[in-house]
Amino acid sequence: MTQGKVAYKPSEEVDFVIVGSGASGGVLAKELSTNGFRVVVLEQGPYLTENDFTHNEIEVFVQRQLTNHPDLQPTTFRKTPDEKARRQSCVMYGRIVGGSSVHFTANFWRFHEIDFIEGSKVGPIPGASLVDWPITYKDLEPYYTKVEWEVGVSGLAGASPFDPPRSKPYPMPPLPVKGSGVVFERAAWKLGYHPFPAPMAILSRPRAGRDACVNCGFCLGFGCEVGAKSTSLSAMIPVAQATGRCEIRPNSYAHRIAVDRNGRATGVEYFDARRATHLQRAKGVVVCANGAETPRLLLLSASSQFPNGLANSSGMVGKNLMPNGNALAFGVFDEPLNDYKGFAVSRVMHDFYELDHEKLGFYGGGGLDARFDFTPASFAMSGLPPGTPRWGKEFKKALRQNFTRTLEIFCHGTSLPVETNSFSLDPDVKDAWGLPALRMTFRDHPDDLKLMSWMQERAMEILEAAGAKTRWQAPIREQQFAVHLLGTCRMGNDPKTSVINSDHRTHDVPNLFLCDGSSLVTSGRGQPTMTIQALAFRAADRITALARGGEIGS
Amino acid sequence: MAKPIDRHAAARREFLWRAAGAAGAAWVGTQWPAIVAAAQHAHHAVSAKASGKFEILTPEQARVVEAIVSQIIPTDDMPGAKEAGVVYFIDRALKTFASDTLEIYQEGLKRTNELISAKYPGAVSFAEATPEQQLAVLAELAGESPSARQRGLGLQPSDSFFETIQMHTVFGFLVDPSAGGNRDYAGWKAVGRDPEHTFSAPYGYYDKGYPGWEAAKAEAERK
Repeated sequence: MTQGKVAYKPSEEVDFVIVGSGASGGVLAKELSTNGFRVVVLEQGPYLTENDFTHNEIEVFVQRQLTNHPDLQPTTFRKTPDEKARRQSCVMYGRIVGGSSVHFTANFWRFHEIDFIEGSKVGPIPGASLVDWPITYKDLEPYYTKVEWEVGVSGLAGASPFDPPRSKPYPMPPLPVKGSGVVFERAAWKLGYHPFPAPMAILSRPRAGRDACVNCGFCLGFGCEVGAKSTSLSAMIPVAQATGRCEIRPNSYAHRIAVDRNGRATGVEYFDARRATHLQRAKGVVVCANGAETPRLLLLSASSQFPNGLANSSGMVGKNLMPNGNALAFGVFDEPLNDYKGFAVSRVMHDFYELDHEKLGFYGGGGLDARFDFTPASFAMSGLPPGTPRWGKEFKKALRQNFTRTLEIFCHGTSLPVETNSFSLDPDVKDAWGLPALRMTFRDHPDDLKLMSWMQERAMEILEAAGAKTRWQAPIREQQFAVHLLGTCRMGNDPKTSVINSDHRTHDVPNLFLCDGSSLVTSGRGQPTMTIQALAFRAADRITALARGGEIGS
Repeated sequence: MAKPIDRHAAARREFLWRAAGAAGAAWVGTQWPAIVAAAQHAHHAVSAKASGKFEILTPEQARVVEAIVSQIIPTDDMPGAKEAGVVYFIDRALKTFASDTLEIYQEGLKRTNELISAKYPGAVSFAEATPEQQLAVLAELAGESPSARQRGLGLQPSDSFFETIQMHTVFGFLVDPSAGGNRDYAGWKAVGRDPEHTFSAPYGYYDKGYPGWEAAKAEAERK
């Protein structure tokens, strides 16, 4: 399928060029091509398929076959804007067709009503720019349903009393429960909480020509060899290519959005595999390059016409980065859980989704899941209790005792938007193509760190109630590495304080649209991919309506 | 070296065929050539490192590496680093993904032998030292580099020889055999990981007999 039915010449003006083929780019490619538009998708990484995916940890984790590589595209980091950034690997994203949806855990929670109206409900928060979205949960609900049915999500409707309203049940029952899920579930009930079967973007039944999960245990970090993980690669791109109107062009690294003197985008300049540069012409440009590369591309597209970067009259491009907080608690059980088998997560709880911030003294909310996402090698490097010897007889004994008996409770939570937390262009460091490197400026809002410590304590209580005799927690540290890349071109009605409107159209350039993690106004509670895809389905409807109304074509 | 290699390829094929079996005959029909190609590829990839010769390490260096890794993950009633072929994994690593650590190895191995000679007059090679002497020297090397590892695999390169060889030993013992380590699934057996690549529920002790979500919920509510 990597060779599609159609190939366009860059000089040929297509209807849309989409930058990025990940969670949102895949959905937009499928929707826009299905709606009759001619589409080119530029993907900087290679086009791998299920037959290319292995359980080879060296290729995946060390050589980074599926993700961005710090040697090719170095990044720099600093905590505050007055510091000079130093070279440090600080973001990770999928750099292949399908993007980060290929290697993710596949936790698929909808955002709740509160996530869209938190600015007015609990704001303002000192030191944060927490505001409401220009759309509500109700606007997005039909598109969440679309994601569940078209991309493929397993779950049990109505199982969580905290779930927002839904128009349709899940298309598939939940995946089987794991040992971690059973002990977590029982303990949570014992403590008066409401655990429920995890909604996962993994097929529990064969569906749409794809196989159900075979429980191999190589999920987080890996591409799924049987296509059971519901990724853009497995679920969206094949449909887009089957229309005969969509070309997926891999190894194409976008570095500039071209604009005419009327301020309209005319296409996207990119490097091909040989580093020759081309301009793909298009009537409309849709950037889905992720919350790091989308703002970077806009900043790289600065010109005398747009001196602060394209679509950046607000100065908000790259600002308000929200990576989500996370905290881990570990427990070792008497009997084998064998949690290395299967997908990562089978039980979740949302009792802490909306915390009383006045009572607790900090803002935030989150969800907890019970999981095991180690391979044997990664477990040996970082899954043993603190103080365990790292070599010799005792090391080996601990591995044998703990590998099959350990689980993690993963606490996922809000990140407050803070304007100085941002992506920008590094003034000194360049990537292998000579382009300015991505620079991250980040320091957690104090409330985010308090929330993580608080949730971690609850996780420890659950582990105790579950009967884990050995328990420990990973220290809460200030974050310097982001995987969830959210909020950096936020959506809003006011062109002075936001980059895109609720149609995902940039306020400044009428035929330029942005849709990915950068569009988010708040961070949700830690599982953004489903919302990114729901936004993409909605954006496709809006863009289609605008195009049919003659508002995009030149 | 030849025999275990064939078993790797066989196990790999078994995985692919099992996966295909789960998908049903129609899927096999469309994917058949690809599956065969993938199995062939896996076979060649594994065979390629099956020479039994060292490409980077000298025979003396290989002896010292094998002695060190055999102390990091010793053999007991279960296979250790030696049985998993970790020294071959490291030799290949130094030619491929970890070629930038070659200097750390060259210096570290030299220093390991120097430590042995300094502490135990008459001893010249770590490989020939007594187990007690080896343990004492390794403890000294390990003590020089207090671990500050973060979660994740391979994200924390270190310029310490002990940290580097410890990490490579873990990799060589426990990575999926397609990555060139864990010969005969020796490492997975030693940690209790079933060498299969497909499973079905129940997975372990606690989920056996789980009555289903609704029933479990009703039971919890009665209490």
